[in-house]
Amino acid sequence: MISDAAVLLWGVASLLGTAVLAIALSRTPGSGTRLVYGLTLGISATALLVLAGRMLEAPVTPSTAVLPVGLPWVGAHFRLDALSTFFLVVINFGGAMASLYGLGYGSHEPSPHRVLPFFPAFLAGMNLVVLADDAFTFLLSWEFMSLSSWALVIVHHRERENARAGYIYLVMASFGTLALLLAFGLLSGPGGNYTFEAMRAAGPTPLVATFVLALMLLGAGSKAGLVPLHVWLPLAHPAAPSHVSALMSGVMTKVAVYGFIRVVFDLLGEPTWWSSTIVLFFGGLTAVLGILYALMEKDLKRLLAYSTIENIGVIFVSLGLALAFKANAMPSAAALALTAALFHALNHSFFKSLLFFGAGAVLTATGERDMEKLGGLIHRMPQTSFVFLVGCVAISSLPPFNGFVSEWLAFQAVLQSPDLPQWGLKVMVPAVGGLLALSAALAAACFVKAFGITFLGRPRTSAVEHAHEADRYSLAAMFILAALCLLAGILPGFVIDGLSPVTLSLIGSRMPVQMAQPWLSIVPIAESRSSYNGLLVFVFIAISASAAVYVIHRFASHALRRGPAWGCGFADAVPGSQYTGVSFAQPIRRVFGAFVFRATESVEMPAPGETGPARFNLQIHDVIWETLYLPIGKALDFATDHLNHLQFLTIRRYLTLVFLFLIVLLLVLALWP
Amino acid sequence: MALILELAVQGAQMMLVLLLAPLLTGFVRKVKARLLRRQGPPLIQPYRDLLRLMRKEVVLADNASWLFRVIPYLIFAATWVAAALVPTFATGLKFSWTADLIAIVALLGSARFFLALAAMDVGTSFGGIGASREVMIASLAEPAMLLIVFSLALVAGATQLSTVAAFMGSPQVGLRVSLGMSLIALVMVAIAENARVPVDNPATHLELTMIHEAMVLEYSGRHLAMIDFAAFLKLLLYVSLISCVFVPWGLVTAGAGPWSYVLGVVFYICKLAASGVLLALFETAIAKMRVFRVPDFLGAALMLALLGTLLLFVSRSL
Repeated sequence: MISDAAVLLWGVASLLGTAVLAIALSRTPGSGTRLVYGLTLGISATALLVLAGRMLEAPVTPSTAVLPVGLPWVGAHFRLDALSTFFLVVINFGGAMASLYGLGYGSHEPSPHRVLPFFPAFLAGMNLVVLADDAFTFLLSWEFMSLSSWALVIVHHRERENARAGYIYLVMASFGTLALLLAFGLLSGPGGNYTFEAMRAAGPTPLVATFVLALMLLGAGSKAGLVPLHVWLPLAHPAAPSHVSALMSGVMTKVAVYGFIRVVFDLLGEPTWWSSTIVLFFGGLTAVLGILYALMEKDLKRLLAYSTIENIGVIFVSLGLALAFKANAMPSAAALALTAALFHALNHSFFKSLLFFGAGAVLTATGERDMEKLGGLIHRMPQTSFVFLVGCVAISSLPPFNGFVSEWLAFQAVLQSPDLPQWGLKVMVPAVGGLLALSAALAAACFVKAFGITFLGRPRTSAVEHAHEADRYSLAAMFILAALCLLAGILPGFVIDGLSPVTLSLIGSRMPVQMAQPWLSIVPIAESRSSYNGLLVFVFIAISASAAVYVIHRFASHALRRGPAWGCGFADAVPGSQYTGVSFAQPIRRVFGAFVFRATESVEMPAPGETGPARFNLQIHDVIWETLYLPIGKALDFATDHLNHLQFLTIRRYLTLVFLFLIVLLLVLALWP
Repeated sequence: MALILELAVQGAQMMLVLLLAPLLTGFVRKVKARLLRRQGPPLIQPYRDLLRLMRKEVVLADNASWLFRVIPYLIFAATWVAAALVPTFATGLKFSWTADLIAIVALLGSARFFLALAAMDVGTSFGGIGASREVMIASLAEPAMLLIVFSLALVAGATQLSTVAAFMGSPQVGLRVSLGMSLIALVMVAIAENARVPVDNPATHLELTMIHEAMVLEYSGRHLAMIDFAAFLKLLLYVSLISCVFVPWGLVTAGAGPWSYVLGVVFYICKLAASGVLLALFETAIAKMRVFRVPDFLGAALMLALLGTLLLFVSRSL
């Protein structure tokens, strides 16, 4: 009997085989595209079946496999436990949906030979990261994942922006891997125990644990998009083809979250309480700043990428809460917070994939990513706009969809904070809860803007007038995701119970069994404290809406007349006179922008009697980029300029330098305790 | 039998909020008019308006989409469900655990989301201006509301409204500074959410000064009736919410006799009348503020709510 881990490794091997096949097929783009995406769809679906079987049986023992590759004295270890099973479900489901979407969307790709080989390789890399059970395999797969996704980012490398995005992504990915390398180096200790099992058994000292946590925040955080390490994300994710953007935003960021959970919750052992404050702080900061950046954005795909940053912030806030409760031996509250984090990770993979697919459909139909040039697409693309609307409602965490449930669970976890003993946490957690609420409200504003400007109103350019509905594969992928957004929202008990093995293995506790609750409602602690029933809310809304429709159509007037819109006597026939995304965001920019973006607005009026137009100037600064990254770049330029002299020394000076360095090294060795 | 009774009480609550909502708005209008020494419209004018709107034909903008025609029903349904989940005359109803306070606030958020979308559908500047200001107000009012929920949950140990109301009615509450702050903050949020003076003016017809009315400018006939009805329900919801949390007397608990239900309804109507008078007094006494003063107003609500929460962390008895 072959173990489940081995089956999944075969899946990875066949994905890599597909990648090689794709290189061979690059001369026949049409059939090659369909074959490659068909194969990846089949492999991901098979992997999902295997994983579903595991989840239903709920096996206690993890499945392992060792391959005789990698470091000679270690080999490559792979392990499939509850945590990796959950994340593999996210990865392979995202992969299956992206492949399904790619079946249709891939035919619009002008250079398929640059996409097809790397797409299966990227999927294989993400699977391997989650399967890996030793540091070497983990880092190798992580780097493989980064590089294959980098290749997908620069598919259209002739556009200047994309080349820049690829460069910044490469720099940030290398930086992140460096931090991970150091973290695993600290964990493995001087003995070189590279397997996760040995690290778990060793149990790091508090000092080492602190360093590892900080390094994980840098390494996994830069991949996930934690502020201020997020700068590459809104450049790189939109640059890739849309189904790859969906994978990067919806799935790869979750792989980063997996890495963080694996190390911090699993390998590090018992956390200290103040380490959770760091996670909470950066989570809250990321959530609010991410969505504020998204609100200022007018590129649809970049808006979605910024919103990914916000959602990562929400996930990290929940993870920080779980750490705080775990450190204070409050296992049931910790299980609640961790469930909220994982649930939100799953939800985000659903609705962010859906939204990127929708943005891809808009891009194919109109050739535009700039929302200010779109508008009125609801008439041209009714089905796409419907599923995009579902995604927008879900991501704005509004009931009865899934985003609300995970947000609600996070709030319930926040409400457990008075039982925490430390004052720092007691004051911090409600403040972070306020930030969470702020980011949720701003997210709703952001997606009113995204949907309203793109799909509603009147067409702003002629590009929209020739738009057409997306193909049937793309629509199928989007409708499946939209249905799941609703299902996970009205039947959250299934998901919460499915997550219980993960919380059991990481925290040793779980949320109460939800499927046994009457009427399938979810009750985190006790029904008298808090409960939510998405199913009943949905049914009630459906019943009362139908009742209203019935009464209206039975008793009220049926007359309907079409006429021009009311313009106060000024018929504004020009579609340009509509509200734009920038003007929609103006009130929020006035409230938050002066502080966060140093936004300045000025109006230049022509002198009286002149007939020239008045001009409105808006300046927005990316404060993080300008105050953190540009100085680092300048310092590096300065240093490399000056170190350049070292290249032109005489041999005597080189020998002196080598000698001096040797003495310094020996001194260090002699003085080392 | 017990189940049928429970369902009947729940159904009665749903119908009660539906029946009383226009009356409350009519009452506020009447009191405001009397305070200005005007005669004012009769109390039942809102019902008449609704009937009149339903009998009229709908004038739809040329480029209005299917979404524009669906949204009024969605808004009405979401608001009605939310209003029916707040305890009005009784606690512990059959479906009261369907949604706690956070979920009720979020349901109103759904309604607002769709209203803002409807405003942008036709593509006129009025819709855009209304929607953009509405989401700005919401982005400040929602965090304030959530911090108020935190305070209440800290005091009562629950976000379930029936439990909160039962706790607030018990003698162990007493006078607390934090609850006072929450009350003021909640009233401020309620004023902003219901588009009342000083945040918005429900009676204005000058497009540039209004928010809610600008969003529904393109609606007419039965669609407008639905949206107006939802606005009536929302006002009733906030009044019920404030009175069930801060004036929890006279609420019927589950399993009481029929007379106590009648008494509960009478109590509830008295509370509505008192709140209506207070709202009218407040609105008459204050002038509408400029739109960009609203963030300060809501920021004050946010700070009060946060202060209340922090006070509770300092001492659970404050």
